[in-house]
Amino acid sequence: MSRKLGYTAVLLGLLIAPFALYPVLLMKILCFALFACAFNLLIGFTGLLSFGHAAFFGGAAYITGHALKLWGLPFELGILTGTLFAALVGWVIGGLAIRRQGIYFTMITLALAQMLFFVFLQAPFTGGEDGLQSIPRGYLLGVIDLRNDLTMYYVVLAIMVLSFALIVRVIHSPFGQVLKAVRENEPRATSLGYEVARYKSLAFVLSAALAGLAGSVKAVVLGFGTLTDVHWSMSGLVVLMTLVGGMGTLFGPVLGAIIIIALENKLGDVGAWLAQVTAVEWFNTLGESVTMITGLIFVICVLAFRRGIIGELVARLR
Amino acid sequence: MEIFGIPLAAFLGQLLLGLVNGSFYAMLSLGLAVIFGLLNVINFAHGALYMMGAFLAWMGLQYFGISYWVMLLLAPLMIALFGMVIERSMLRWLYQLDHLYGLLLTFGITLIIEGVFRSFYGVSGQPFAVPPQLAGATDLGFMMLPIYRAWVVVASLVVCLVTWFVIEKTRLGAYLRAGTENPRMVEAFGINVPLMVTLTYGFGVALAAFAGVLAAPVLQVSPLMGSNLIVTIFAVVVIGGMGSILGSIVTGLALGVIEGLTKVFYPELSSTVVFIIMAIVLLVRPAGLFGREK
Amino acid sequence: MTLALEIKGLQAWYGESHILHDMNLSVAQGEVVTLLGRNGAGRTTTLRAIMGLTGRRSGSIKINGIETIALPTHRIAHFGIGYCPEERAIFSSLSAEENLMLPPTLTAGGMSVDEIYQMFPNLEERRLSQGTRLSGGEQQMLAVARILRTGAKLLLLDEISEGLAPVIVQALSRMISTLKAKGYTIVMVEQNFRFAAPLADRFYVIEHGHVVAQFNANELSTKTDELNELLGV
Repeated sequence: MSRKLGYTAVLLGLLIAPFALYPVLLMKILCFALFACAFNLLIGFTGLLSFGHAAFFGGAAYITGHALKLWGLPFELGILTGTLFAALVGWVIGGLAIRRQGIYFTMITLALAQMLFFVFLQAPFTGGEDGLQSIPRGYLLGVIDLRNDLTMYYVVLAIMVLSFALIVRVIHSPFGQVLKAVRENEPRATSLGYEVARYKSLAFVLSAALAGLAGSVKAVVLGFGTLTDVHWSMSGLVVLMTLVGGMGTLFGPVLGAIIIIALENKLGDVGAWLAQVTAVEWFNTLGESVTMITGLIFVICVLAFRRGIIGELVARLR
Repeated sequence: MEIFGIPLAAFLGQLLLGLVNGSFYAMLSLGLAVIFGLLNVINFAHGALYMMGAFLAWMGLQYFGISYWVMLLLAPLMIALFGMVIERSMLRWLYQLDHLYGLLLTFGITLIIEGVFRSFYGVSGQPFAVPPQLAGATDLGFMMLPIYRAWVVVASLVVCLVTWFVIEKTRLGAYLRAGTENPRMVEAFGINVPLMVTLTYGFGVALAAFAGVLAAPVLQVSPLMGSNLIVTIFAVVVIGGMGSILGSIVTGLALGVIEGLTKVFYPELSSTVVFIIMAIVLLVRPAGLFGREK
Repeated sequence: MTLALEIKGLQAWYGESHILHDMNLSVAQGEVVTLLGRNGAGRTTTLRAIMGLTGRRSGSIKINGIETIALPTHRIAHFGIGYCPEERAIFSSLSAEENLMLPPTLTAGGMSVDEIYQMFPNLEERRLSQGTRLSGGEQQMLAVARILRTGAKLLLLDEISEGLAPVIVQALSRMISTLKAKGYTIVMVEQNFRFAAPLADRFYVIEHGHVVAQFNANELSTKTDELNELLGV
């Protein structure tokens, strides 16, 4: 009962949020929240660490952007194209990576994603270093004008809520239970007769598709797609969001996304304040040093805070 | 004279460059494999420490006038010490946990190191002059041989082979091999395995730093030089498998040469050929070419 | 004279599993002591606890009078202990000779390589082979030989007769008699009662992680019924 109340409260909050905060920022957060939730499906519930999720996120962004800009597809078809692309790439990468266990799996996802990065770097349609600009928002179902930020926000919110509901559904389904079994004790799951490779592959494709959905929507919201979206630093960023929020929890990745994006936005201000207070000029560069701060948070989390915020809360409340 | 439509001198030049890159691949994947064998940790920071080695050489020359030759010995030593501090203070708390935390920690350390260097030096490269004793080229008749590049290949091969010899043929190496297999038993014999682990990590990253100093005059010394390289090293390691020292060396060199040749004949493919080979190896021989399933 | 080994109130865990509960035993210099008991009683764990190879330990373990409960494993070996584990732990990435030479010399007075090859000529013949390519019996001999080389005078032997051909078991029996005559102190875990009985001075019976009975060699004949009950399936 309290859970339903909680969900409703959050939903209400999300519905009125754009009247208090910038809709574009909120949409960006929603996209990354979905990205992190999609990633969490793989690490938190199946126990597979993918270090190449940027390939799906950024790749779908490029494909959707291209579809909307050059092929003139309507919004819904553009998003679908991007998502399907991500699912396909996920099927290929997942299929190759699953052939090895443990840390090798992770290295393979990273390497294959890097390969895709180089492909996008060299492909003319992506615009290389400049990125794919001026992606049109168009109309939803031919009638709803998405150029209005507020309208766009509610469309994005609907997509995100539905996707989140899908993830929750999957996790609590029999399929999700098998995934958890694979995470806990893979040999046992195999001995019970489950074709573990197929389950892993399915989970991977689903995770990739949802990550792709997040990337596609982000491309339309912001109007551009860049190489940053397919670089391994983006893969690392989504790992961090999930780690900070809490791997294997439902809301952890969402919280992590909010925190990390807020941090990114505010880092310049924090740096300027620190420079003022300590008179150390170097702090002024902090805004540029997202990399370093990200790394610091990583190190602290891995050493002292592995369960993440939601994970810690859940553990304390027991 | 031409080979497949390319002038011989140009072909051999690219081949040499491929060998140079292959030397770096070999040394870096060797260090990564040695660390992984004993610590069960994939040291993501390997690229960043290679970059630090190059930067230390540059800073030594730029700020203190210390020669390349001294830095060739000093930089690996300093990075070894730095690495050992990292291992003692942070890495060792993670050995009981899932392997992925070691990767995440070293990933975080990579970001910190790169972030710090970027904040001071931006992303552009600093030039580093070839030391005068190795400058220039000799005319072999069929090609001009840049002396420095030949030096890089020779020095790397020597270091790799000495490492191989120490690990496979000496008593010290026996401790490392036994420790990789069953560290508790080696401890029961009275060997300070935790110390051996620390020293091994130091040695592995020292190899990376040594490669960095060698690389400084060839590539530009930039804070990003490590991250450009590390993912390729992962692919090399997956292709070769991490069970065999000699395997890592051979795979690294071979892939460098293949990449170099690809640059000559199919330049568009050159940045991805290593990953394509990795994909093929995964389909055909998942354990890696020289791998012993761990 | 100080006891070679004195254990008082020893508790030991593997993670959450509490294996040894209030373990007490002592071994005098030059004694051969056998730990008997059913599988899972905690005999191997006792040996491992002495070496510091279990999880958490509490209580007291004194080796030659010196408290070692808080020491890390690699320091414990230097008290002159040689540990021969049940799984033999021959390293596959080392040759037989490398396996033999691996443990560092702890004190003077260990057997020389020549003496060892005289006692185990098979090991010399196969010394360049990969350690794990040796037969079960040869691996067992190698496992014991390598700790003899170190000068260790207190030997912890875990099931060394297990799975070996009778003629090899006899050779091992002779070897232990020789070592005993030389003044070695030996703690043996043995399922094979017929192997252990003629060699041991004293016996401990262990159950559920503590000692339930102990007796001397000369009490054996009178205790057979009790023993059968304790060890019977």
